[in-house]
Amino acid sequence: MIGSIDPVLLVASLMIASTPILLAAIGEMVVEKAGVLNLGVEGMMIVGAICGFIAAVKTGSPLAGFLGGALAGAAMAALFALLTQVFQSNQVATGLALTLFGLGLSSLIGQGYNGIRPPATARLDLGPLSDIPVLGRMLFSHDWMVYASLGLVAAVWAFLRYSRAGLILRAVGESHDAAHALGYRVVRIRVLALMFGGACAGLGGAYLSLVRVPQWTEGMTAGAGWIALAIVVFASWKAGRVLLGAYLFGGVTVLQLNLQAAGVAIPVQYLSMAPYLITILVLVVISADRSRVALNAPAMLGRNFHASR
Amino acid sequence: MIRLERRPTPSRFWTGATPVLAVIATMIAGGILFAALGKNPVEAIRTIFWDPLFGQFASYSRPQLLVKAAPLILIAVGLSFGFRAGIWNIGAEGQYIIGAIFGAAMALAFYPMDAVIVFPLMVLAGAAGGLAWAMIPAVLKIRFNTSEILVSLMLVYVAGHILSAMAFGALRNPEGMGFPGSRNLQQYPAAHNAELIAGSGLHWGTVTAFLAVIVAYVVMQRHILGFQIRVAGEAPRAARFAGVNPARLTAICLGTSGALAGLAGLFEVSGPSGQITPDFASGYGFTAIIVAFLGRLNPLGILLAGLLMALTYIGGELAQLTLALPAAAIQAFQGMLLFFLLAFDMLSNFRIRIGRPEGAQ
Repeated sequence: MIGSIDPVLLVASLMIASTPILLAAIGEMVVEKAGVLNLGVEGMMIVGAICGFIAAVKTGSPLAGFLGGALAGAAMAALFALLTQVFQSNQVATGLALTLFGLGLSSLIGQGYNGIRPPATARLDLGPLSDIPVLGRMLFSHDWMVYASLGLVAAVWAFLRYSRAGLILRAVGESHDAAHALGYRVVRIRVLALMFGGACAGLGGAYLSLVRVPQWTEGMTAGAGWIALAIVVFASWKAGRVLLGAYLFGGVTVLQLNLQAAGVAIPVQYLSMAPYLITILVLVVISADRSRVALNAPAMLGRNFHASR
Repeated sequence: MIRLERRPTPSRFWTGATPVLAVIATMIAGGILFAALGKNPVEAIRTIFWDPLFGQFASYSRPQLLVKAAPLILIAVGLSFGFRAGIWNIGAEGQYIIGAIFGAAMALAFYPMDAVIVFPLMVLAGAAGGLAWAMIPAVLKIRFNTSEILVSLMLVYVAGHILSAMAFGALRNPEGMGFPGSRNLQQYPAAHNAELIAGSGLHWGTVTAFLAVIVAYVVMQRHILGFQIRVAGEAPRAARFAGVNPARLTAICLGTSGALAGLAGLFEVSGPSGQITPDFASGYGFTAIIVAFLGRLNPLGILLAGLLMALTYIGGELAQLTLALPAAAIQAFQGMLLFFLLAFDMLSNFRIRIGRPEGAQ
């Protein structure tokens, strides 16, 4: 029964299943590195999912779809930025508002798009790599977005570690008063980080509706945005570990889906709980070590900055 | 040059005025949204806010106001405690579901016995279910410092799957001809949370909601616990020096909100909804977050906000029927309301000054 699960296919579908969460989580990590806690990832993702879906269906081009998703996510993030950075609203409450609003808005925009198939996203031709017997099917036979997301993780890692702009972004997240005193534009940097995070979440959403599922259903993100938030904590705000976390959760999701298909004698509902329960479990293990979380979390996370001097 | 200047203390006037401003702004923005959907904006706003109270179907929809407001108020009052203390329970929807399952299971365990004790036992079970579900994030927060935001939210999805498992499995009606869903508690008199006065919409849930508002008001204003909650939220360090035990406060805030959400679920499943079905969850737990903020985390404010939010639900349903306005439009409309409220909140915390700041810079 369990033997009927093909490990090659499992790894291959793991990469597909992880990509939306990976995109959203890497974007949120940059936002949190800048000291902002945006709990609206779920909302930005689902708006990205429907806007990307519509853009792809209308133009017939998946690229336009991904662009549309990213733009929609960034627009939602801009709304969050306006409220928290200009109007100084509470970040937790505003993030929740973004999620609630996004869920409503997406099903409103998505009226009449149920049951349509989006244009297929092209497989990236990696030449001889795809022909390697087992590894080829596992790792080198996916659509280009999977590789783009991996590239994005590497880019974020290098940006934060080696670039001057990355250093400034981290400074803003560690002490906005000091960064302000040094003459850095705290609000501007945070707004840019937020827009980047929104674009990533939007991309993740678009990937969900264009490749992973691929169609539009209301509430299709089903907590993926929240899992992305949990992965950032799990990863201790490190890009490499975001990748690990996202693939781990993708693996759990794919495994439970495979177990369902293989007809394991556990009711479907209990298997479907697994990704959420494992998220909680991992959060507990990570946060139990208080000093490590305190060491890695950006010091200004969730605190508003108002230049009074 | 326009700039913001932080007020020493939030303005009392603007604290009260912002919800009103937010509602007006939402009506205007909502009107634009409805116009974009090709509906007459004035008619849509009138259908949502006026017709349920005074329109031709008002006699039907007015009692519905209390039916819908009761769970919203009950949950929001509980949430307001934690939100004030900076403890974010956003999984009320899950606690609502588990409360309903516990309550219904209690009723079905006694079926078809006709005894007075059944309903009180169900109420206890409902509260216990919500409490237990909320204590998971509370214990993890206290013991392991795990984010209660993420854990409580994850548990909503887990609760949703449990609900589905119950509707298809343990609680399924044996005489239901294989359809998912439990026995209808409305047809089991000992367990039915019937209207107390026919045609009024007043059931035990409504009574409990009003009681919760009064108790919460007294606790918040007069009891040491209310003081501790307010201090913990406004100055966490000062709270520590004042002898506030953060672990105890976390447990109380999450536990209270969980128990109240569980009660809301129980009153819903034994009354207006009647049975456990896979789609029993209706989003009250999330809308209650908006209600809590709209009511300024103040019990009396929440009472009014709950009634208003119930109005948009009923008005939204009416607009669906008469104007073919999509159901999702109301959800977006409610989300917008929270946005405007948070934006206008700036007015109570800051002064808007025009011109350059005075004095040496």
